[in-house]
Amino acid sequence: MLKIRIIPCLDVKNGKVVKGTKFVNLKYAGDPVKQAQIYDKQGADELCFLDITASSDKRNILYNVVKKTAQKCFMPLTVGGGVRSIQDIRKLLLCGADKVSINTAAIKNPELIKKSSNKFGNQCIVVAIDAKQIKKNKWQIYTHGGRKKTGIDAIEWAKKMENLGAGEILLTSMDKDGTKSGFDLELTKKISKSISIPVVASGGVGNIQHLIDGIKIGKASAVLAASIFHYGKYTVGQVKNKMKQKGILVRI
Amino acid sequence: MKIALIDYGSGNLQSAYKALELAGSYKKSKIFLTSKSKDLLKIDKIVLPGVGTFADCMKGLKSLPGMIDTLNEIVLQKKKPFLGICVGMQLLASEGKEKGNHKGLGWIAGKVIKIKKNKKKKVPHMGWNTVKVISKHPILKKKKFESYFVHSYNFICRDKKNILATCDYQQNITAIIGKENIIGTQFHPEKSQKVGLEILKNFICWTY
Repeated sequence: MLKIRIIPCLDVKNGKVVKGTKFVNLKYAGDPVKQAQIYDKQGADELCFLDITASSDKRNILYNVVKKTAQKCFMPLTVGGGVRSIQDIRKLLLCGADKVSINTAAIKNPELIKKSSNKFGNQCIVVAIDAKQIKKNKWQIYTHGGRKKTGIDAIEWAKKMENLGAGEILLTSMDKDGTKSGFDLELTKKISKSISIPVVASGGVGNIQHLIDGIKIGKASAVLAASIFHYGKYTVGQVKNKMKQKGILVRI
Repeated sequence: MKIALIDYGSGNLQSAYKALELAGSYKKSKIFLTSKSKDLLKIDKIVLPGVGTFADCMKGLKSLPGMIDTLNEIVLQKKKPFLGICVGMQLLASEGKEKGNHKGLGWIAGKVIKIKKNKKKKVPHMGWNTVKVISKHPILKKKKFESYFVHSYNFICRDKKNILATCDYQQNITAIIGKENIIGTQFHPEKSQKVGLEILKNFICWTY
């Protein structure tokens, strides 16, 4: 059977990992390629790079990071942040990315999802959704790294993206992100049950139980976390062993 | 040992190149990235990567002058070992049904059809699944192993003998196909960490 995926995420700015730089743990000196190799050795099922570089003229740095990582880590890579066009996607794929995550551009231009999935296959197009709860059972999506409100309903949007050809939804709860209090399980479950493409739960992981809940309660196909891995609180292997004990199908 | 990796604009080209290079390093094999059909006349083995839609990949392959004729000659007549990866494997079928009907290379009889999905069976089939080997092959040393899959279409072989391995996703998924000097993997060995590199190494060592 298909295993649940554990995905460490690296936030990259100007070619450096940004989370953790304020911390003293020098093992993580901020080189994304080195950090990717650590996760590779620990048995991560996929890696995710999110580029938060603001200026587009520094984009080439990201391409180099992806290229170097793909030369050393023979594992699946998803890359997101600032992806706007078919050309951007092609460049990332040629650098060694397997999947490309699109957020703001999907809202500005939903046709991009259709065109790119026709070109590169659905499996390669991930739509990232940043959602915020506005009232009970109601979430809306935000763009520009959570700064811009769109008024679009998150569940409807996920369905629309599936119809246009997205192969996966990377779902981040803005209410939970950075809180270490666990995923928004209601939101995750609602979206997982509304669509037939995989959902990656993201935002809020502080311990292993949160990851387990994301799968068991949130019904996600994969769980993504940054800080619990980055700060060395757990290795991917420790997480997987614990999840296995709790009856979750993981690749050990 | 010279191995050609066909460059027809497929997304996983670089990863496949690096993985083959590492897998073949101890054998001093040389990996050639090429889009020229005449280059194939001097090589020992061929790898066809593939990421994208069936139609788009087939179009890419057709756009290389003389490539399909040369492949037919080298693989079907000269029997040089051939490995197709993901869509590179699917292209071997008679027909692909991704976004319309499209003719494939027709080396292994069968068609490539969409995996049926529902809310509990998500498609793409994405992630690590257990590959079960059902027919012995020199490049498959283990009976069971985990590999990385990411695809929405399944290769249905007309002759079941051509199925070397399957995996379970609430239905049988064709994981590896083979016929004489031809082999194809639905999963990505270049993305399957140690297990995948092992398969590439076995392919490089394989004498047909």
